[in-house]
Amino acid sequence: MKPSVNMLIAGTQLWARKRQSFIAMLGVLFGIAMFIFMISFMKGVNNYIQDTMLASIPDIHIYNDIRTDYASSVTGDWLRNDPAKMIVVHHPRPEKVRLNLKNADAIISDLRQQSEVNVVSPLLSTQVFFNYGSVQLNGILDGVNIIEEARLFGLHDRMMTGRPEDLLTTDKGILLGQGLADKLNVRRGDLVTLATPEGTSMRFRVVGTFAFGLSTVDNTKAYVSLSGVQQLLAKNHDYITDIRIKLRNINNAKGLAIFFGKRYGYKAEDWESTNPSIKTGNLIRDTLTWVVSLTLLTVAGFGIYNIMNMVIASKMKDIAILKAQGFDGRDIRTIFLSQSLVIGVLGAGLGLLLGFLLSYGLSKVPFPQTEFTFMKFFPVVFESRYYFFGAGFGILTTFLAGVLPARKAARVDPVTILRG
Amino acid sequence: MKETILEVAHLNKSFPGPEPFHVLKDISLSVQKGEFITIIGKSGCGKSTLLYLLSTLDTAYEGTITINGTRVTGLKEHDLAKFRNEHIGFVFQFHFLLPEFTVLQNIMIPAMKLGQLSREAIEYNAMEKLTQMGIRDIALKPSGKLSGGQQQRVAIARALINNPGIIMADEPTGNLDSANTQVIFNIFQELSRQGNTILAVTHDRDFAGRSDRIIEMMDGRITNTHGVPVT
Ligand SMILES: Nc1ncnc2c1ncn2[C@@H]1O[C@H](COP(=O)(O)OP(=O)(O)OP(=O)(O)O)[C@@H](O)[C@H]1O
Ligand SMILES: [Mg+2]
Repeated sequence: MKPSVNMLIAGTQLWARKRQSFIAMLGVLFGIAMFIFMISFMKGVNNYIQDTMLASIPDIHIYNDIRTDYASSVTGDWLRNDPAKMIVVHHPRPEKVRLNLKNADAIISDLRQQSEVNVVSPLLSTQVFFNYGSVQLNGILDGVNIIEEARLFGLHDRMMTGRPEDLLTTDKGILLGQGLADKLNVRRGDLVTLATPEGTSMRFRVVGTFAFGLSTVDNTKAYVSLSGVQQLLAKNHDYITDIRIKLRNINNAKGLAIFFGKRYGYKAEDWESTNPSIKTGNLIRDTLTWVVSLTLLTVAGFGIYNIMNMVIASKMKDIAILKAQGFDGRDIRTIFLSQSLVIGVLGAGLGLLLGFLLSYGLSKVPFPQTEFTFMKFFPVVFESRYYFFGAGFGILTTFLAGVLPARKAARVDPVTILRG
Repeated sequence: MKETILEVAHLNKSFPGPEPFHVLKDISLSVQKGEFITIIGKSGCGKSTLLYLLSTLDTAYEGTITINGTRVTGLKEHDLAKFRNEHIGFVFQFHFLLPEFTVLQNIMIPAMKLGQLSREAIEYNAMEKLTQMGIRDIALKPSGKLSGGQQQRVAIARALINNPGIIMADEPTGNLDSANTQVIFNIFQELSRQGNTILAVTHDRDFAGRSDRIIEMMDGRITNTHGVPVT
C-alpha cells in the first residue's frame, strides 16, 4: 500500500529537515533511555537491599508478646468482693512471665496446613556468653530445627564452612556466625563454652560458620538444635518461644499476619511492620527515580513542542499553499502531528534500546567486593513493564507536545499568508 | 450553448476594525464555461480580495457564490477544501511551490489528494501537463532550484492537474521579466483555446487585451465590462 498523501508530505518535510528532527528525537531518546536505566538500576538496588535485609527476617514472626497485667494485684484479689473499696497500686513490678507459645505443636501443624505458607520454623532463643579460652562474647543462641531454618533463610547459600545438616549428625554441634567465629578465633571442630545469664553453661562443637552479610547477625548469632537450647535453659522439649514463617508470596504478609494473630492468640508480625525502613527506602528511591525520569521526558516534550512551533512558523506559506489546493485543517493537523509522532516513536524505540544497553552494561560491571557483599555485579532488573511504560509515556509526551503546534497550523488563515 | 460556471450575486465584504473598510461593494458577475476573463483596476481596488472570495479561501462575506452549480457560500471548511481541490485551479503571483518536493511531486499532490486515479496515472498526467508547459525536462528537479518563469509554469501545471472547472490567477506575471511574461501569456491563451475557463487578475493591458472579456474595478465596484461573453 502506498502512503497517503498526508503521510507523504509529513515524511518528506521531516526528512528535509533531518538535523532538526534528529535533535528533537535525541531529546526523547535520552529521556527514555535514562528512565529505563535509572528505573532498572533503582529497582535492582531496592531488590538487593530488600533481599539482604529480609535474609535474616522471616515473612511473619509469631511470638508471645510480654503483656504484663498490672490490673490484678494480691490486694485486689483479696478485696474483690467489696465494691465500695477502690484499690490503687502505685508503681507495680511486672510479674515473671512465661514467654513460650503454649500450644506450639498444634500451631505449627496448623500452619503447615495453610496453602500460603511455605516454611514454618520454630525457635527457642536465648542470650548467651560465648567462651573460648579467655575470650568472652555476648550473643544470641537460636535453637532451631535446622532443616526448616535452612529453608527459611536459604542457609545453604550462606555457609562459609560446613553444612547446616552437620548440626544433626554431630552431638552438641553449633553453627557460628562468621564474625563471631573470627572474634573467638575458633574454626570447625573447636569446642566453645556457652553460658546463660542464669548461670548454666554447656559446651558445643563448632560444625560450621555462616555469613548473612549483616554484621548484626554475623557477629552475634549462633545456631544449635532446639533441644540444645531447651537443655541449656532447663526447659521441656515442647518449650518454644517463636515461630517464623516464610510465605509463598511475601506481599501477602500483612494480611496473613493479622489472620494468624487472631487465629492463634499470639502476636504475629509481618516483615514490613518489623522493618519499616525497607519500605521507606524503597519509596524514597522510587520517588526519586520517577521524578527525575518524568522530568527528563517532560523536558524532551518541551523540546519537541519548541521545535514543532518553529517548524510551523517557518512553514506558514506551505500550509497556505496546501489549503489553497484543497487540504483542510484536519489534513494539516494530521501532517504536523504525525511528524511529532514519528519523532516520538523513533525516539522512544531507540531510547528503549539505549536504556537496555546501558542497563545491560551496568549489570556486567563488577561490584566492589567486601567480606559481607554477596553481589558480584551492580544490581539491575530487566522488567518489560518499565519498557512499556517508558515507550507509552514517551509517545504520549510527544503527542501532547505535537498537538498544540499542529492545531495552530490547522487554524492558519491561508488568505493572510498568501497576501504576503 | 451557454453554461454558467461561476455565478456571483451581490457580494459585499468589509474588513472589520476601528474603522471598518468596505472593500467589495455589491459585486455581481457571471462567467460562462470556456470564457477567458481578466480583471483589471488600480492597486488596492479589491481585485485580490475578490479572487480570494471566489476561490472559497475567504468565507467572510455577504452575498452568494455558485460554482459549477454548487452554492459554495456557507459550506463547511472541510467541504470547501474538497471543492477547491476538485473544481478550482489557483495560480498565485508568487509561485508558491512546496520547496521540499520535486517539480513532479508538486504537480501530483493535488491529484493525490483528490485520490481518483492511481499514482501511475497521476504521474502520467503530470508529465503531460509539464510537456504542455514545455518543461518536461525539469520534472525531477527540486522545485526550489528553478527560475521564476519555470516555477510559474510548474504552478500552472499544478493548477491544471485535476482538470478544474475554472482556473483563477492573481497577477500570474507580476513577478516575471518581460520574456517570461510573454511565455505565460501565451500559455494562458493556449489554455483558453483548449476550452479552459480562466479568471485572471492583471495589471497588464496587453494581457487583458488577449482575453474574451475585461472586467474593470474601481474602489470595490465593477465599473465597466469590455467584450462580450462567448455564447
Ligand atoms: N486584512 C486586511 N485588513 C484591512 N484591509 C485590508 C486587508 N487586506 C487588504 N486590505 C485592503 O483592502 C483593499 C483591497 O486589497 P486587495 O489586495 O484586494 O487590492 P488589489 O486590487 O488586489 O491591489 P493590488 O493590485 O495592489 O494587488 C486594499 O486597500 C487593502 O489595503
Ligand atoms: Mg492584488
